[in-house]
Amino acid sequence: MDAILFWVLAAGAVTASVLVIGQRNPMYSVLLLIVSFMALAGLYVQLGSPFVAVIQIIIYAGAIVVLFLFVVMLLNVPTEEMPTGRQARLLGGAGPRRFGAVLSVLLAFELFWALRELKAQALPSSDVMATSVKTIGLRLFREYSFAFEATSVLILVAMVGAVILARKEPQ
Amino acid sequence: MDPQLIAQLVVIGFTFFMLLNSAAILVYMERKVAAFVQQRYGPYLVGPKGLLQPLADIIKLLMKEELRPKAADRFLFYLAPIVSATAAFAAFSVVPFGAPTTFFGLLKEPVRLAPADVNVGLLVIFAITSMGVYGIVLAGWSSNSKYSLLGSLRASAQMISYEVSYALSFAAVIMLAGSLSLSDIVNQQAGYWHLFGAIPIPKWYIFIQPIGFFIFLTAGVAETNRAPFDFPEAEQELVAGYHTEYSSMSFAMFFLAEYVNMVTVSAVATDLFLGGWHGPFPLPDGFGWIWFLAKVFALLFFYIWMRWTLPRYRYDQLMEFGWKWLLPGAVLNLIVTAYLALKLGGL
Amino acid sequence: MLPEPTLNSYLMLSAILFAIGTAGVFLRRNIITILLSIEVMLNAVNLAFVAVDRFRGLVDGQIVVFFVITVAAAEAAVGLAIVIALFRHKELLTPDAFTSLKW
Repeated sequence: MDAILFWVLAAGAVTASVLVIGQRNPMYSVLLLIVSFMALAGLYVQLGSPFVAVIQIIIYAGAIVVLFLFVVMLLNVPTEEMPTGRQARLLGGAGPRRFGAVLSVLLAFELFWALRELKAQALPSSDVMATSVKTIGLRLFREYSFAFEATSVLILVAMVGAVILARKEPQ
Repeated sequence: MDPQLIAQLVVIGFTFFMLLNSAAILVYMERKVAAFVQQRYGPYLVGPKGLLQPLADIIKLLMKEELRPKAADRFLFYLAPIVSATAAFAAFSVVPFGAPTTFFGLLKEPVRLAPADVNVGLLVIFAITSMGVYGIVLAGWSSNSKYSLLGSLRASAQMISYEVSYALSFAAVIMLAGSLSLSDIVNQQAGYWHLFGAIPIPKWYIFIQPIGFFIFLTAGVAETNRAPFDFPEAEQELVAGYHTEYSSMSFAMFFLAEYVNMVTVSAVATDLFLGGWHGPFPLPDGFGWIWFLAKVFALLFFYIWMRWTLPRYRYDQLMEFGWKWLLPGAVLNLIVTAYLALKLGGL
Repeated sequence: MLPEPTLNSYLMLSAILFAIGTAGVFLRRNIITILLSIEVMLNAVNLAFVAVDRFRGLVDGQIVVFFVITVAAAEAAVGLAIVIALFRHKELLTPDAFTSLKW
């Protein structure tokens, strides 16, 4: 049961992510990103972290993606045209596209190699209790309290920055 | 088959069925209450006292022609009402409506009266409610009309603005109860305080969090796009709302979603502030859900009453209220609750 | 019978998602899609943190995920504000259009 859930969610996450970067219509990309987030939230629940899963849905899928969606809708982002001519073939023509594709594949291979060096270790038995929110809270507000406060200042700065950057120039 | 499993499945099916029914009941209730507020009769022809009116409405809606604007994005156009309705139903799945019961001894162990009971239940409700915004956003976008788009953007901006106050008001309750699970929170509200040693007052959180209750209900009303915060919907009377291009079943789905959202907000408010299934005087074991129903209906009546009594907020007034008054109020409520909880100790 | 997921499978999944995100950043010519690919990468990293956390029985990974999500929110907000400002200037969203600082 655990295995089926993992493979289904993993396949879903990978497919959704590939479609996110592959879709031409940015609206669909954003919606597929939500699907990818949901799949990942499912994986977090399976890993015994329901709190992180719910936080992911509330903040990532519920707020950040809404922000993306607003921008896509308001700016009426055009569907990207496919490159024509020599640039069209992914591996044809020197240029950033080919270089970028090669780099990504290299990265993937390197990560796989690094992981193979790590001996595959089975996870501890599946009746590990879900992490309680209390544990996370105590950790967060004791050992990580400085990071917490710093993050709140960061969000404040980001908020002010975003408002100023997106404002129309006062005439 | 394991009778526990069957009982649990029956509870799940029953909850879903009752949610659908509640939407129908709410349609009737809304029209009748509106009528009495406006000193007229309301529907009284179809069935005794007009009770079969929702059935007539549903049949009419089902038989209408399903239209779709040609330039609308077909997939998203049909996805939007589905997302709205699914989010509305899914949010109710972690709301318990009664104490775990053995159905009068039929079962060996008590089965909980909720489709699911997660230990982060309250956050799950919040998460799924924030997914409901997408139904509105997609509806406006896929209708391919500037007015629908702007209407849906306003509606979704309103929803996400009031979500913050919503969360802060129930954060105060979480602080008092010490748990995120709704059944735990309800169980904390069992029992009575004795005022002046004689008058028993039930230990509901509304008595120690009155402002929190007010903020929660206000934010809930704004979240469900109901009066007096329904400017994006009422735009329909002026220009266009996000669901003008929809007809027949898709339109019905949006209204189903709205009514089920109302029920969810009322049910969560009952569980958080009004003691859930613990009543002012205790009923015999296994009948707690009657109290729950009564309280939810009282809140729903209050919802409908508010709609037909209060004038509508204009959009900028609405946003100003949400950000400048409700949010600081919720933050202050949280701070004061935290201070008092610390000071007065085990409350 | 499908093999049980081990820590390695979760880390592999995280690596695949990260590589997909990187490919998106390199290959797409629309700034918003590039930002989306960055979010995919951040998610992949979050998955790695939570997986290792489960394996080690700690809670710190989840707290780091909490911070990563928060920082991603801040970054998305500022990034999108910049995109809006750029769009207002040029009506285009391809990164190639904004090369006036290139020497």
